[in-house]
Amino acid sequence: MNLVLAKTDTGRAISDIFAVARDRLPGAGKIADARRQAFESYERAGLPHRRIEDWKYTDLRVLMRDVLPLAAAPDAAALKRAEAAAKAHAVEGARRLVLVDGVFAPKLSDVGRLESGLSIRTLRDVLEADDAALHAQLLAPDNSDAMVALNSAMMTDGLVIEIADGTALTQPLHIVHIASSAQPAAMFTRSLLKLGKTAGATLVESYIAADGAKSYQVHDALVLAIGDGARLDHVRLVEDGRDAFNISSSVVTLGTRAHFNTFGMTSGAGVSRYQAVIAVAGEHSRVETNGVNLLNGRQHADSTLFLDHAVPNCSSREIFRAVVDDRAHSVFQGRIIVRPKAQKTDAKMMTRALLLSDEAEADNKPELEIFADDVTCGHGATTGALDESLLFYLRARGLSEKEAQALLIQAFVGEAIEQIANDHLREMAIATAQRWLEARA
Amino acid sequence: MSLLEVKNLQVRVEEREILHGLSLTVNPGEVHAIMGPNGSGKSTLSHVIAGKPGYQVTGGEILFKGEDLLEMAPDVRAAKGVFLAFQYPVEIPGVATMNFLRTALNAQRKARGESEYSTPDFLKKVREVAASLNIPQDMLRRGVNVGFSGGEKKRNEILQMALFQPSLCILDEMDSGLDIDALRVAADGVNALRSPERAMVVITHYQRLLNYIVPDVVHVMSKGRVVKSGGKELALELEASGYAQFEDAA
Repeated sequence: MNLVLAKTDTGRAISDIFAVARDRLPGAGKIADARRQAFESYERAGLPHRRIEDWKYTDLRVLMRDVLPLAAAPDAAALKRAEAAAKAHAVEGARRLVLVDGVFAPKLSDVGRLESGLSIRTLRDVLEADDAALHAQLLAPDNSDAMVALNSAMMTDGLVIEIADGTALTQPLHIVHIASSAQPAAMFTRSLLKLGKTAGATLVESYIAADGAKSYQVHDALVLAIGDGARLDHVRLVEDGRDAFNISSSVVTLGTRAHFNTFGMTSGAGVSRYQAVIAVAGEHSRVETNGVNLLNGRQHADSTLFLDHAVPNCSSREIFRAVVDDRAHSVFQGRIIVRPKAQKTDAKMMTRALLLSDEAEADNKPELEIFADDVTCGHGATTGALDESLLFYLRARGLSEKEAQALLIQAFVGEAIEQIANDHLREMAIATAQRWLEARA
Repeated sequence: MSLLEVKNLQVRVEEREILHGLSLTVNPGEVHAIMGPNGSGKSTLSHVIAGKPGYQVTGGEILFKGEDLLEMAPDVRAAKGVFLAFQYPVEIPGVATMNFLRTALNAQRKARGESEYSTPDFLKKVREVAASLNIPQDMLRRGVNVGFSGGEKKRNEILQMALFQPSLCILDEMDSGLDIDALRVAADGVNALRSPERAMVVITHYQRLLNYIVPDVVHVMSKGRVVKSGGKELALELEASGYAQFEDAA
């Protein structure tokens, strides 16, 4: 196999895409330089493949093959279809911020009457403005990962949200990524949410397709900076079209006594990868990161989480559940590093996969690297089928085989879903899981 | 017509025969006790009636209201009125008890062509029954049997029995793991469900339970057969003399 040739091909394709798109990419001077450098990093590496350890189970050269050209800005018809999709996935009571084909859509968004202490701008505006501190934060993600580098080079729009010290938002923020284009295309978005000291917020991200959207690619990145004593509740729901790709990266930093509760559920997209780097950089902070994959057909979904305990007296909990049917493939990679100074770290990770068919596949890779000696750390991973004794109990109570399976699957994923703090969002996640189960029966 | 007729039932688990031609007839309104030492096949009988997989019926038949029970899936049996109170009720984390009860009740009603319960009616009914069994409301919000004590698990079984109103209740070692107070509460719950239309089969190792749930008929099982049947006084006799005499008889 001629890898060099394959890389060159991919490189050339994206090189054209970058050249063509350049005029549409916001930011001059240092931003433009950073884009060029990021692009060069990407070009050197090419699409990640199985020989890159972090991407071992998600070989994008096989699964994605190519990066598609930048999507055109949405026209009126696209926005109309996007609006219908946004309504169907509305989060009650939330402030909706919509990106259509990678471009902020003010008419579909609630940007009026901002609570005091809340600032919302678009990535485009911020990159065009003169704000070195924000630019530095936006460019913080590490371009040594090829897909992050690609996003750094191509990021077109997104939300930059700042919450002032002491402001606790009552209204959840809902960023909705909608694909509408009938032409196969890629969108590149990056958002930043900054919580000041003792601030509080709930952030929901949805990834959905409008009617008629075809084989598109989502390339997203999210930077979360959680200040001292701040709390962020974060829910991401990937419900993209079955022929779509979703490659998303998060970079999270926690200050002192901060609290980050995050939950992700992937039931959509043909191929998806979510990679998060969570740096616990302030003492007495807490992280709960939970997730569920609900997969069937030939779906492939990869969750790769890296928790970095750098300071003492912090705790983290990870609960991950995968339900895998047909010929689908679920990947969970959970890496926890406890650095030498991070004494009294309390870190636990549990990942479980439920295989509903003989051809389903689940790869669980928990990794603990502990360099401190006074810590409580643990991890576990299981893969198996539904418990026969539970199935019989339910059938003896009148549930059909499918109903009994559905209830047990709900129970299985429920352990992760129950960790969502916001009642309404938890109900939403449960409803999404129920829809998946009903579609199965 | 008899409610339950077990005729010459032979059952194997893997290569071993557990029941060697067991017969039993239960009529509506009757309470039967089945006693016997460990390994006599009591629980196997209850599992086969409820339809648990893993048992191979090699001979005989079971008729329920005149229909061939062995041809029915476990959920069909439940909808037709067979209820097994488990010796070891399973824990199902993540499924709230309330949700489980509603799903099960509505599944049974749907199978019988009845309308589903409305939520307020259902909640009212559950709360009533739960109160009568000393089941606190917060237990109903918890996962099915998760963190329940032995007594709570058994009461949860009786709660289901009261809710589903089955015509045949099989109580498998209901007294195992219960102290005397818990036993009394559970037995009161069972007694409240006695009716001329409903029959019960109480499987137990010890006579003690039968002080609280007084049977009409007592059967002694040994080595996969019913070796003796009699009135409630037979249980007392067993308490005094033990099972050894029957093991020889079998």
